[in-house]
Amino acid sequence: MNILVCISKTPDTTAKIAFTEGNTKFDENGVQWIINPYDEWYSLVRAIEIKEKDPTTNIHLITVGGPEAEPIIRKALALGGDEAIRVNINSNDSYVIAQQIAAIAKQGAYDLIMTGKETIDYNSACIGSMLSAILDLPYVSLANHLEVNGNTATIQREIEGGEETNEVILPMIISCQKGMAEQRIPNMRGIMAARTKPLKVVEPVATNAHTSIKEFSLPPAKTGVKLIAPDQMEELVKLLKEEAKVI
Amino acid sequence: MVLIYIDHSEKEIKKSSHEAISYGAAIAKQLSCSAEALLLGTVNDDLTALGKLGASKVHQLNNESLNNFDAKVHASLIATAAKNLNAEVIVFAHNINGKAIAPAVAVKLDAGIVTGACSLPDLQNGFEVTKTVFSGKAFANIKIETPKKVIAINQNSFGIQNHELSATVVEMSLPIPPASVKVTNVNKIIGEIPLTEANLVVSGGRGLKGPENWGILLDLAKALGAATACSRPVSDSDWRPHHEHVGQTGIQIAPNLYIAIGISGAIQHLAGVNRSKTIVVINKDPEAPFFKAADYGVVGDAFEVVPALTAAISKMKHNE
Ligand SMILES: Cc1cc2nc3c(=O)[nH]c(=O)nc-3n(C[C@H](O)[C@H](O)[C@H](O)COP(=O)(O)OP(=O)(O)OC[C@H]3O[C@@H](n4cnc5c(N)ncnc54)[C@H](O)[C@@H]3O)c2cc1C
Repeated sequence: MNILVCISKTPDTTAKIAFTEGNTKFDENGVQWIINPYDEWYSLVRAIEIKEKDPTTNIHLITVGGPEAEPIIRKALALGGDEAIRVNINSNDSYVIAQQIAAIAKQGAYDLIMTGKETIDYNSACIGSMLSAILDLPYVSLANHLEVNGNTATIQREIEGGEETNEVILPMIISCQKGMAEQRIPNMRGIMAARTKPLKVVEPVATNAHTSIKEFSLPPAKTGVKLIAPDQMEELVKLLKEEAKVI
Repeated sequence: MVLIYIDHSEKEIKKSSHEAISYGAAIAKQLSCSAEALLLGTVNDDLTALGKLGASKVHQLNNESLNNFDAKVHASLIATAAKNLNAEVIVFAHNINGKAIAPAVAVKLDAGIVTGACSLPDLQNGFEVTKTVFSGKAFANIKIETPKKVIAINQNSFGIQNHELSATVVEMSLPIPPASVKVTNVNKIIGEIPLTEANLVVSGGRGLKGPENWGILLDLAKALGAATACSRPVSDSDWRPHHEHVGQTGIQIAPNLYIAIGISGAIQHLAGVNRSKTIVVINKDPEAPFFKAADYGVVGDAFEVVPALTAAISKMKHNE
């Protein structure tokens, strides 16, 4: 089986969120970069588990980004995966990114294309769904369980207030979230092996962006907390009802 | 025309779609065009009543098989309907199914898309929509550069507006593509309010010490009619189910009221809940970072404060 795992680079979860150039760019100063947690913990680790059960599985990793994305993709290779592809373009437009991944996907006979549920920076949750339209493949999102048997995938996906089990004939696209697998730490052997695993750099296919970011802003700071004494809970209820008007 | 996709489950239209209709109607007003809704499948709701939310028409593809959600089939039908009806803007709720299909519909229509939108479009310089980014820590104004636009609106960010309309229901007929997903089992937790749809949420952290202590939190949730949530270590330790985990790596929510009990307020936790309209923090440590993000705070022991709050709520409800 051939799996393509999409890997995105995101700021560390504790990164300071600030903007430069007249609030049009994210301020990367001092930011630590990580693999988007959903891509790493759930999608990549589940792909690795599938390969551990069936060693004939090939795992290819893809990232769309400039050379600065290479430490991230090496880390992903250290966790597992056989080779990586970096498409050499930086874009904030989901459509441009999906087109790059689709162009690579068309060249390989992938049975499964895996993404995280969303990235923790732009939270767009677009790539999997866009790939399904470009490649005309089935898509199951927000999956928390995946088993593959022959050419059939059995998937549990989140629905409002519960879960649903889906059966899909491969090839397909899946977006992964909590429950799918457990976070792993790369070991020394993995880190050494990753240094020599192939990392192919390819130039992007031409596409027009459909959107552009005009300005970033920060939410207004809370005006300050109103403290209520622990023995004044009727007062708190009154405030919630009459001042905040939420109950 | 603005076309709003109606999502439903178990024959009931989802609350998030009610909001999407009101949002779509407001965009239609900006653009001086009509707001029409699109329903794939069958529901028990009175469709003419969707006029009250702002839809003048409801286009329905009346076919039971579409009650099972299949992202590929649904996206394809919505895109075809949008083309046939010549829709300029297509609106989705940014909910579970909306996330699965809105981007695919955008691709099929060559439309730019903004997901996680939280404002009406600004039409002064083209078509700009504000969305939440960095898991709610910031906003971005996104300009959609294409003639057609797709917007998926964040839940609980626009609200519902009342209109004096009665919608006409129009039956639509389209060839239905073969299913790509077989739904073999549905497991809904009965009697529980889904977290993403909840107006009121009560959430617990490691400060509650262990799963055996969750009773006081559940009692409070019951008194309020609230959904329950938790911090990541709580679900990682299996004190509570995974689907209750809120935060940057869990579910992001924006209820009207979020009550945090024994949660320190780590940046990753705040990222998932800081869009809540009102935040109440109950923590015994006055230095807990969560107080900086709170509207109301109680410095005290949860084991005493929470039962007292439950009693005060019950008393208020009793007097109503
Ligand atoms: C990459 C990454 C992603 C993460 N994603 C998430 C996420 O999505 N969601 C999330 O929640 N966390 C996330 N975390 C973890 C986060 O950093 C915190 O560790 C976590 O939120 C802390 O959970 P807590 O507040 O329940 O526990 P603690 O930080 O241990 O806080 C417990 C609180 O309870 C209070 N307390 C103790 N006893 C009582 C009492 N009797 N009465 C009242 N108060 C009491 C204490 O004063 C303390 O403030 C993430 C971390 C990383 C590194």
